[in-house]
Amino acid sequence: MFEAILLTIVTAATPLVIAAVGELVTERAGVLNLGVEGMMIMGAVCAFAGSYLTGVPVLGVLCGILGGAAFSLLFGFLTLTLVANQVATGLALTLLGLGLSGQIGESFVGIPGVKLQPIVVPVLSDIPFIGRLLFAQDITFYLSIALVVGVHWFLFRSRTGLKMRAIGDNHGSAHALGIHVVRTRYLAVMFGGACAGLAGAQLSLVYTPQWVENMAAGRGWIALALVVFASWRPWRVLAGGYIFGAVGILQLHAQALGIGIPSQFLSMLPYAVTIVVLIIISHNRRTTLINTPACLGKPFVPDR
Amino acid sequence: MRIELERRASASGLFSVVSPLLALVLTLLAGALMFLMLGKDPLYALYSFFIDPLLEVWSLHELAIKAAPLILIAVGLSVCYRSNNWNIGAEGQFTIGAICGSILPVLVPQWHSVLVLPLMLVMGMLGGALYAGIPALLKTRFNTNEILTSLMLVYIAQLFLDWLVRGMWRDPKGFNFPQTISFAPEAVLPELLASGRAHWAIVFALVAALALWFMMRFMLKGFEVTVLGRSERAGRFAGFSARRMVWFSMMLSGALAGLAGISEVSGSIGHLQPSISPGYGFTAIIVAFLGRLNPLGIIASGFVLALTYLGGEAAQLSIGVSDKVTRVFQGLLLFFVLSCDTLILYRVRLVLGTGRNVDVRS
Repeated sequence: MFEAILLTIVTAATPLVIAAVGELVTERAGVLNLGVEGMMIMGAVCAFAGSYLTGVPVLGVLCGILGGAAFSLLFGFLTLTLVANQVATGLALTLLGLGLSGQIGESFVGIPGVKLQPIVVPVLSDIPFIGRLLFAQDITFYLSIALVVGVHWFLFRSRTGLKMRAIGDNHGSAHALGIHVVRTRYLAVMFGGACAGLAGAQLSLVYTPQWVENMAAGRGWIALALVVFASWRPWRVLAGGYIFGAVGILQLHAQALGIGIPSQFLSMLPYAVTIVVLIIISHNRRTTLINTPACLGKPFVPDR
Repeated sequence: MRIELERRASASGLFSVVSPLLALVLTLLAGALMFLMLGKDPLYALYSFFIDPLLEVWSLHELAIKAAPLILIAVGLSVCYRSNNWNIGAEGQFTIGAICGSILPVLVPQWHSVLVLPLMLVMGMLGGALYAGIPALLKTRFNTNEILTSLMLVYIAQLFLDWLVRGMWRDPKGFNFPQTISFAPEAVLPELLASGRAHWAIVFALVAALALWFMMRFMLKGFEVTVLGRSERAGRFAGFSARRMVWFSMMLSGALAGLAGISEVSGSIGHLQPSISPGYGFTAIIVAFLGRLNPLGIIASGFVLALTYLGGEAAQLSIGVSDKVTRVFQGLLLFFVLSCDTLILYRVRLVLGTGRNVDVRS
């Protein structure tokens, strides 16, 4: 029973971790993309379509990643090339994503999907208790861990990562030093989009293997909160993702047990917890300011 | 090929008028393309989407009904956005406004008085304002990002409404349908004309838009909004308080969203039910930007977006496309509006080839 709960927590936390790590990279480069929800839902519908039409779920995952990245290019073009307001454009991306995915997915409603099969690591998965938890998961789980490790290495151990952080903290100086601000930001935005797409693919291929309209249900927004919670550090995203995942799952179990609290109030829990966590993290203005990329959300027009 | 931007010396007056229109034209073109891909005749589809609903009196009434909440919410949001406060939870404030306004007709239906309706409207506004006060409090007191908190509160408000109408407030004689009792006649917002369903909400919307236009144009408060939005630092030198502006703009937009909520429930629906809005709170964000955050522009853009709702319903019947097309149209429109707005501040130049501004002498 306990192990089963832990397994579901892992499944619930994985999309949050993936989407938040992607957004973390985008924000480290100084771009605030509020369209995570939209890219996630586009990833979900593309992944379902890919898996349904080819019959190969792994190809579906690929479609989800590509769909999310392609969709994020729209945001990139507006905010980076046309220097549109990032907050408004992010909202536009979410609104368009919700509409477009509904339109694309209309013919998929009610079709049972194909679940992504777990990859069982021999020997390691036989370790009692943690073996099945950590080494008999589907590919998205392994990717989520790899992303956290990889992004940490990239940001804090690699030269390109250093440049990217420099762009996020002062795009004017970075530009003066000859770093390609706009090009790097395009890549960062697309990475964020690809991650959100992968997170969406996890939703429609693993979490609930089917297409349901609006199935991201605010997870994109929670991922955004998670980046703030993690104060833009990858390892903390992992920790935060599992806390949020646990809250989501425990409220489901509480509903199933019927503990006298109306189900609606239990469903509010993930959103309420997000608010509480944001309060705890943000109330110290100084630490927030130190961690936030200084150019986050600011427009950049290269002077020639 | 690259696109280069060059900042204009001052904002282009021409393009601030032309850009929303250009965005509309581009949306129509993209829409035609979309219908073509869906295998429909694009001209006929656009006709039944955007012209057909304007040809009959009853549908003009429906247009006013749908435009009213959009305009009410969007003019409030425009003040928020101009002061750099990003309230995106209007949908939640709309819901809470509807709930608070419905307290009287649901809990004391036996009270028949002319006071009921005005009290309902006031309570709706209060409810919306207080609910928007939560992100304002969190922003001013705890430095919390209002974008995320106001959005989270939308989900909470909707779940709360769901619980109310399925539980405590459910009509005992309603055959177990999740809805409250129907409002008594004196709790229903009266119709405006004998010819159709349009009720007083559209009047509230127009009055609110004109009042806020006056405030932004001629009053010190409007200047304060603009200055603090452009530069908080400059505002501080002028003696304006950014903290008070957070409260003012959030609660103003919350009150208007709340008024929209109770007007919709009282005038159009007549009882509370789990779903009371087809996403007005989010569509109003598009309305605000299409109207270029100007209350008079918002009146026009409110009617345009209301038309997309009506057109979506009409097109479902006439050409057999789903209502999702409406949402796609709305999203596309916001995209084109935001990209066309670039033309106001910048000259856009296409540079062919990889041609940089190479120094000729070297």
